[in-house]
Amino acid sequence: MTTLYWEEEIETLPRVGLESIQLTRLKHLVARVYATVAPYRAKMDSAGVKPEDIRSLADLRKLPFTVKDDLRDNYPFGLFTVPMEQVVRVHASSGTTGKPTVVGYTKKDIETWAGVMARALTCAGATSRDMIHNAYGYGLFTGGLGAHYGVERLGATVIPVSGGNTKRQITIMQDFGSSVLLATPSYALNLADAMAELGVDPGSLSLRVGIFGAEPWSENMRDEVERKLNIRAVDIYGLSEVMGPGVAMQCLETERGMHIFEDHFLPEIIDPDSGEVLPPGEQGELVFTTLTKEAFPLIRYRTKDISRLIHEQCVCGRTMVRMEKIAGRTDDMLIIRGVNVFPSQVEHVLMGVEGVEPHYQIVVNREGNMDTMAVKVEVSEAIFSDEVKNMEKLTRKIQADIKDLLGVTCKVQLVEPRTIMRSEGKAQRVVDNRKL
Amino acid sequence: MHVEQIAVFLENKSGRLAEITATLAYHDINIRALSVADTADFGILRLIVDDVEKAKKVLKENGFTVGITKVVAVEVADRSGGLASVLQTIEQERLNVEYMYAFVNKSGENAVLVFRFDDVDRAITALRRDGFTILSGDQVCAL
Repeated sequence: MTTLYWEEEIETLPRVGLESIQLTRLKHLVARVYATVAPYRAKMDSAGVKPEDIRSLADLRKLPFTVKDDLRDNYPFGLFTVPMEQVVRVHASSGTTGKPTVVGYTKKDIETWAGVMARALTCAGATSRDMIHNAYGYGLFTGGLGAHYGVERLGATVIPVSGGNTKRQITIMQDFGSSVLLATPSYALNLADAMAELGVDPGSLSLRVGIFGAEPWSENMRDEVERKLNIRAVDIYGLSEVMGPGVAMQCLETERGMHIFEDHFLPEIIDPDSGEVLPPGEQGELVFTTLTKEAFPLIRYRTKDISRLIHEQCVCGRTMVRMEKIAGRTDDMLIIRGVNVFPSQVEHVLMGVEGVEPHYQIVVNREGNMDTMAVKVEVSEAIFSDEVKNMEKLTRKIQADIKDLLGVTCKVQLVEPRTIMRSEGKAQRVVDNRKL
Repeated sequence: MHVEQIAVFLENKSGRLAEITATLAYHDINIRALSVADTADFGILRLIVDDVEKAKKVLKENGFTVGITKVVAVEVADRSGGLASVLQTIEQERLNVEYMYAFVNKSGENAVLVFRFDDVDRAITALRRDGFTILSGDQVCAL
């Protein structure tokens, strides 16, 4: 197969050239951030590091980390480095305490993002002749719009179908001839099952490849999607804080790892406990520094995603380092049907319901292909009623409040007091039964 | 003159009802009447017992969520039309019944209807006016 690149020169640049570009950009970034963003300057000052101390890529480790709490503390726009009149778009993702994490983009940032996304689509073999079915959610979530602009940049045709309404999606796939599918892997399986129910043979569709991300998925799940939809299934990685989808992308030539678009996103793997940079090839927490972002750059942002970098060059000819499929998280964040869920958010909702005590447990299962979340709530005297309708009203209220804050539909299960498992006196908040 | 009823939250798992009745039996508490409301996910057990305070205490000690509610016990002759006549009054008064259950007393001559009204006082006034016998908690237990 002839490999297609979107930006061949940079994607296949020898490492030494790439690293030289990275260093120039890093120096420029650190100087600019130090000069314009007070919280960064304060952190660097207290770490005793000045922009001129960054003389090599190895000096990156002198810089302090940025964590999600920094984003929350400076909510909503405190870490932006440009005046708001230069910010042309914001996105937001759910935070741990109900306040979202807000990210901003300049016109150039949107162009950069569309560019890396076009590279990602090209990695999956997409060209301007493709009909691209974008089933990522449109809105504050970066998935839908991020992918959308990449498709337009590529010159392919984007179908901005967003999530939901599965039957209509299948009709569109049949009638429009969708050839590339962008979705969460669980939604892809959902589509496959719906096709089976409707008697639609996936082999009769034009669908060739699926680009799946925004939630953890296993190799087994990849096999299942490929078999059921009769397509190649490739992995995409991104997170809104760093950019959105298009930070890293698997190519068709390898089953192992996603190319990180390193001229824009500089990766490190650290020991999540000590914060030390780990030797090449070791598994640890993925950390990103954004080298080109204007509105909302990040220095050494701790993603809390666990991965490993693959330094050997890929057969596709791209010289950019690969990251392995995300192996897990360093925190208690759950990803349910593509939505980030923190147990503390569920707790926040429960505390807002009068009489509900903070005894709860989140149980996550994968039923068929869809993740389901159940919240077990202990029934205290304060919320107990002898009338079924009152108890049902309570469960409906909790359900609606969780849906409002987190955007996830869950089942509320009322349980007797002191029945939620407590290990060493501390309640076990999450039971994740998904086999990933 | 209402009757105090004990309500117990029942998680949907086997053996819970047996544990409640065993707890009450161990403490010599006699159940006069009971009903279980069940949904797909949980149940609510409602009991009329001879010692409400003691029952509440021992059930709570055994980890159950317990509530006490006021219900109205109406005695009617155990023959056809007994319930219908009471319901006629309830209908005419537009009393809202949350739920009800019934049992027959030992002599077999009378039936006792237990009603959960949202307005207990108005219900008692209306039922008395129409000549129905309202039983006290002690009377229910003495049957």
